[in-house]
Amino acid sequence: MLKNKVLFKVVDIFYLALIIVPFILGMALNVVTKPLADGIEITGARIFWQIDFPVQPLVITESQVNSWLVVIAITGLCLFLTHGIKAAGKITVRQHIAEFIVEKAKNLVVTNMGEYFEGFAPFIAAVLGLSAFSSLSSLTGMFPPTSDINVVSGWAIVVFILITYYKLKCGPVHYVKTLCSPVLLTPLNVISEVATPVSMAFRHYGNVLSGLVISILVSTGLSGLSKTLLGWLPGILGEIPFLQIGLPAVLSVYFDLFSGCLQAFIFAMLTMLYVSGGFPAEEYFKRKNKKKQKSIGGN
Amino acid sequence: MELAIGIILGCCALGAGVAMVAGIGPGIGEGNAVAKACEAIGRQPECKGDVTTTMLMGCAIAETTGLYALVIAILLIFVAPKQFVNILLDSLK
Repeated sequence: MLKNKVLFKVVDIFYLALIIVPFILGMALNVVTKPLADGIEITGARIFWQIDFPVQPLVITESQVNSWLVVIAITGLCLFLTHGIKAAGKITVRQHIAEFIVEKAKNLVVTNMGEYFEGFAPFIAAVLGLSAFSSLSSLTGMFPPTSDINVVSGWAIVVFILITYYKLKCGPVHYVKTLCSPVLLTPLNVISEVATPVSMAFRHYGNVLSGLVISILVSTGLSGLSKTLLGWLPGILGEIPFLQIGLPAVLSVYFDLFSGCLQAFIFAMLTMLYVSGGFPAEEYFKRKNKKKQKSIGGN
Repeated sequence: MELAIGIILGCCALGAGVAMVAGIGPGIGEGNAVAKACEAIGRQPECKGDVTTTMLMGCAIAETTGLYALVIAILLIFVAPKQFVNILLDSLK
């Protein structure tokens, strides 16, 4: 009994480490690899590693590594919350939290997409969590993976494949028919089809990146301002950028905390709306009912 | 040579500035959306949650055109000058 308890605690600590260590690793990686820069420096993700391939070199960038770290942290969080889960009896606080999250995700999906798409809840929760944690990882000084267009484009392409799959549920003929419903508007419909993933990727990436750029510009400007205004102070006092205290933190609360979570929510919400909106529900259920009736009649 | 590089840099900066004129549209649109949402909440305070969610979604979609302009402006400032100067130097070789 005692041995079991000790084992439980050890596994618990391991899961907690799985949550925290990736962020510490990311911070350490940032400190080690980031070159010291004077003044404004806004660059994309740094390239860590490059492997030569025939068509195009395979590059491992900072955003990829950071998103792996985020994935590990989310996995640790899920394992920690569901550790020692029980079906009956007195349940722990963490099981309450886990059940709350699962219920909320399910409710969100069912209210926005309908009963048919109930199985989408894990996917939507995964998208939401990955996006939110990626944006929030910039609080630790890491390069947020969502401010790299390649990461967000990958997610948008996954969503595009899902949308097209559900639009094709009634067969390719029906899909083409909806695409050319007014014949004159066919090219516009095709363009809007392609524009969906592009706009989703640009929306998420643009919001996060603009926050990053504005924060960097403001904090660099404030340091320059304090150098000119307070540079006459003697000794080390003159070198401390006093004006940098305060305003960048307020900006960070808006751009990192609020905007990051909001964009994650909007990405998940748009995924749900596009997938359930593209699905030709009426036609699909009509055909299903017809098939059912036919099989009943055949018997 | 210096003149050519200067023209490239200046035109990239000007283009970025002109591109951000597109920020006007989303500003007006989002303002309208929020105004109407406030009106709706004032009329029916009980559906504040639904109205807020829908408004945020609408704002996000209205923002998209502005974000296209932003992406183009960022590309023009941080990516394009280097590429254009490289093209110029290559053509002179």
